[in-house]
Amino acid sequence: MREMIVNELTQATQELVREFAHFLPRLMVMLIVVLVGWVIAYLVKWILRSILRLARFDKLSENAGATQLLNKAALPSSTELVSRFAFWTAWLGFVLLGVSTLGILGLQEYVARFFVFLPRLFVALIFLFFGLLAASFFSRAALLWAVNTDMPSPRLLSSAVRVLITIFTASAVFEELGLADSTVLLAFAIVMGAVMLGLAIAFGVGGQHLAKRFLEARFAPGKKEAKEKEDELSPL
Amino acid sequence: MPEESILTDEFLRQLINVGEADILVGVPTYNNAATVGQVVQTIRAGLLKYFPRERAVIINADGGSRDQTPDLVRGASINDLQYSSDLHALRTLHCISAEYPGAPATGTALRTILASADLLRASACAVVSPESTTIEPEWIERLLRPVYQGNFDFMTPLYRRHKFDGLLMRNLVYPMTRAFYGKRVREPYAAEFAFSGQLGSHFLGQEIWVHEVGRTGTEISLTISAIAGGFRLAQAFLGAKPHLDARSSDLVAAMRQTVGALFWSLEPNFPLWSSKTDSQAIPTLGDGQEVTLEPLRVNRRRLYQMFRSGVAELDPVLKSILSPPTLSELQRIASLDEDDFCYGDELWTRTVYEFAASYHKSVISRDHIVQALAPLYRGRAFTFLVENREASAEEVEQKIENFCLTCERLKPSLVELWDGRK
Repeated sequence: MREMIVNELTQATQELVREFAHFLPRLMVMLIVVLVGWVIAYLVKWILRSILRLARFDKLSENAGATQLLNKAALPSSTELVSRFAFWTAWLGFVLLGVSTLGILGLQEYVARFFVFLPRLFVALIFLFFGLLAASFFSRAALLWAVNTDMPSPRLLSSAVRVLITIFTASAVFEELGLADSTVLLAFAIVMGAVMLGLAIAFGVGGQHLAKRFLEARFAPGKKEAKEKEDELSPL
Repeated sequence: MPEESILTDEFLRQLINVGEADILVGVPTYNNAATVGQVVQTIRAGLLKYFPRERAVIINADGGSRDQTPDLVRGASINDLQYSSDLHALRTLHCISAEYPGAPATGTALRTILASADLLRASACAVVSPESTTIEPEWIERLLRPVYQGNFDFMTPLYRRHKFDGLLMRNLVYPMTRAFYGKRVREPYAAEFAFSGQLGSHFLGQEIWVHEVGRTGTEISLTISAIAGGFRLAQAFLGAKPHLDARSSDLVAAMRQTVGALFWSLEPNFPLWSSKTDSQAIPTLGDGQEVTLEPLRVNRRRLYQMFRSGVAELDPVLKSILSPPTLSELQRIASLDEDDFCYGDELWTRTVYEFAASYHKSVISRDHIVQALAPLYRGRAFTFLVENREASAEEVEQKIENFCLTCERLKPSLVELWDGRK
């Protein structure tokens, strides 16, 4: 009986030592991968930051309206943010790669999922950036057009354009990330509803002026003639 | 693109039939059926009357008109003109009309005319707008004779205008072109002009054709190119300018064609304009009363209101273009009553220079920068109209001259802005 207990204890201890002997090199490999990954991630961050500074990415980001959002959230500049994001993504990738060398069951599936998710994350970020850029450009274009054609409420029109494009962008980003597959459909329905409502209001308001002009022409022709007599000045 | 490739096979065939020419008159058209017949008749009359012995050709570069403009050009005859009995053709006067490839654009039409002139080895060439309904046969002589005789390379027009006509020209395009490039060309964006064969070849070799200014605003780019190339410039008095120029009925489009092209030209010509400190007059041929004064009904109040709403609504855009002192000064005058409002020479000059520097630095889309200047120009136009309401022709001219001198005096500030020293 006593011998049996001693044998079992010896066997268990030997197995533990054997397992530890198997695990130790993997742990060392993981630590090396994590360390090398940190160096590579740091290099990626440094190179990316230099490229973005050369490409005046902050200026582009300012034009896109992203800088204003970052400032409001007390975040660093766009260049710094993208560089840091690249660093953490790269390093996290190496950490997970290192962890997968440990051969822990179940964890490997999550690591594989992360690497599948990574390209989608990049695409979503690209969508987000260009979406913000488009929202800024088209809202400004709408503002200038409205001011130069003497339209009522130019800022409202500009904001509406910005909001519409931002909603589309956010929907596309969520769709890409797979966070809300039905969001695009829902957003599209909302946007279409808003556009239709906007058009209805626009036609209503426009129709009001049309009706006014018609009534003026019908019942107060003198006023119309006085306006027609106004000379047009040629700028050139 | 080689010159031959912008001429279609049909166009090339017609040009080869002509052989060589001494004088070429180009008419760029696109749906100008209402006026082009009369203009071409007058050009024919001018050529027959003043250049009967020279080999002359009229070239119509059309942008694909759907109103039979090319047919009207080909069918235009001097027989309907009142002075036709005095005119006798000694040589065949060719008249070619062909469609240029691509979308309709004045720049493409001008390039087609330039390529044709180059191919025909024309000594003197003129371009005439199909909308110049006030054209006389003498215009052709006044534009072409000085070039054909070899006295000048580039002839720009001088028109008789109402004192309130061409406000953008008087308040921005002329003074700024003069301040930048040091030549007092009154109509740098001319609908009619003439050039020598040598200058035509120089124009064709310019890089403008691969940029947007090679499509719209080409006229001012050609003037600047002639100045920058050191060619001999002069201006000839032609007569009354048609009251409304269809090229400029839309203010924003007019600003793109003139101000956009002018700002763009500053980029490649920086060494030239940054070293100019003053301006020289260019020879003026012929004389006439340049300013007419008959009363006009103008809605000044609308200009004032559009300026005010523009400054208020465009605040976020103007913040990225103008310096804080200039913007706050603009906001101050925008808060003034109509009677007290004044957008003075210095502030307007500073505004335009800061816009030019922002255009150079591309702080936002360049087209948006040009568009954002339109509401501010309306404020300046309002001040011009109010200040010159009772002014005589001499007083108007004196005020324009004073403004030009202000632009020249403040030019170093633009150089500083350009360099980023400010």
